[in-house]
Amino acid sequence: MSDSTIDLRGVMCPINFVKTKLKLEAMNPGEILEVILDSGDPIQNVPKSIKEEGHKIVEVKKEGDFFRLKVQRS
Amino acid sequence: MTDHFIEDKTTKVTVAVDNTGAQKVDFNDLKSGGFIKQRQKDLFTVRLRCPGGRLSTEKLLEISKIAHKYSKKGVVHFSFRQSLEILYVDYKEFSNVVAELEKIGQKVASCGPRVRVPTACGGCEYNPNGLTDTQKMADMVDKTFFGTPTPHKFKTSFSGCPIDCARTKEMDMGFQGVVDPTWEEESCTGCTICSEACKEDAIASDPDTGKPIFDPVKCLFCGDCIRACPTEAWKPKRYGHIVRIGGKHGRHPMEAVEVCSFLPDEKVPEAIKMTIDWYNANGKRGERIGNALKRVGLDNYLKYMEPVFQNTAKAGA
Ligand code: HEM
Ligand code: HEM
Ligand code: SF4
Ligand code: SF4
Ligand code: SF4
Repeated sequence: MSDSTIDLRGVMCPINFVKTKLKLEAMNPGEILEVILDSGDPIQNVPKSIKEEGHKIVEVKKEGDFFRLKVQRS
Repeated sequence: MTDHFIEDKTTKVTVAVDNTGAQKVDFNDLKSGGFIKQRQKDLFTVRLRCPGGRLSTEKLLEISKIAHKYSKKGVVHFSFRQSLEILYVDYKEFSNVVAELEKIGQKVASCGPRVRVPTACGGCEYNPNGLTDTQKMADMVDKTFFGTPTPHKFKTSFSGCPIDCARTKEMDMGFQGVVDPTWEEESCTGCTICSEACKEDAIASDPDTGKPIFDPVKCLFCGDCIRACPTEAWKPKRYGHIVRIGGKHGRHPMEAVEVCSFLPDEKVPEAIKMTIDWYNANGKRGERIGNALKRVGLDNYLKYMEPVFQNTAKAGA
């Protein structure tokens, strides 16, 4: 279950991270954001940046060429 | 009247400096001190000593004033080794420039056959990829070894990670940050992010569990897997430096060779000291350490360095 979803397929680094960050900041602590990311650069970079911001990645699912992450807002 | 001295401690040449600026200046002596003759008659570049290319804004403001006052053309240049150079300075004003720089605690760099100002990238203090405190190390090396005489120039640099922005492969002696990643099965959820995050194909995902299968031979010890793992199943076991020797740039570039794959911070000063000792004992005058190593043999150097490099087993081992 997630409170909100952001589909970042086709969105380049670091805009994908910035969009995730803004979305998370608009949410309440503890809420879950579903983030859909391409493989390659986005999956290499966005999760570590989310972590560095203090949010928690609670679930990761690979679906073909992309990843579905559940991020808990800090 | 001479009321101030800059002593070049390496050659014991004393450059007389006085505050009236009317003193005769010996050009041969000045060569060792970071004053570089320009094409233009009587004009020199004054190269400042900025280890790691870092300056406090306070100092930079003061340097700006001095540069503005003494540069006949009102220009500075950022050198390729991260030092700030004040261009178009009249040699008759050297003493005043140096005195004013001294007052704000700014030293002039060195040239010639000696240990040069170390260069360094941003490192772990603020660069997200950084694994080692390159700026702190550069400062330490500058304080400890700057100006030490060697058969030819001796350049060092510090990079914070395998991206190697400070080009350790081109240095007489270069230090590149590494981290040894270690994995704990209990916290791993098998999400496969680490194998995606690894740019070296050093992590494969188990087709059934998604858990990582690590190949230390392919690993560059960059730590991307540690940063990417959502559950801290990958952790840093230890941080250190890959040490490279014998690189240089110029007309005949040479690539440095890796001589130690995991040197901890605290052994860096000893490694540099021993390397300088080896170089001074084995290098011919005017010969870079890379050429000395080719002539004398890398084994000779490695044997000499054994007390420092031993027990610094490869990461991932
Ligand atoms: C009076 C002595 C010397 C002076 C004043 C001098 C000055 C300079 C200056 C101003 C630079 C640019 C530095 C920077 O970008 O930070 C430089 C770079 C360089 N110099 Fe010299 N130099 C001297 C002697 C030599 C000698 C004897 C050699 C070689 C045999 C040499 C080889 C180089 C090389 C290879 C570089 C550039 C590459 C690098 O950064 O590693 N220099 N030198
Ligand atoms: C502004 C001053 C100088 C600069 C920027 C400079 C720069 C350079 C550079 C870039 C090289 C190629 C070095 C390499 O292959 O690593 C070089 C080589 C050399 N320089 Fe200079 N140099 C300067 C002054 C001098 C002076 C004053 C001397 C001698 C008194 C000198 C002697 C040599 C010699 C002998 C080499 C050949 C070394 C080799 O190829 O192994 N240089 N210099
Ligand atoms: S070498 Fe690594 S730590 Fe240093 S600036 Fe480059 S990316 Fe950053
Ligand atoms: S430390 Fe090694 S395994 Fe981890 S991401 Fe870097 S190269 Fe891959
Ligand atoms: S990123 Fe972490 S949790 Fe995911 S598979 Fe790798 S080690 Fe396991």
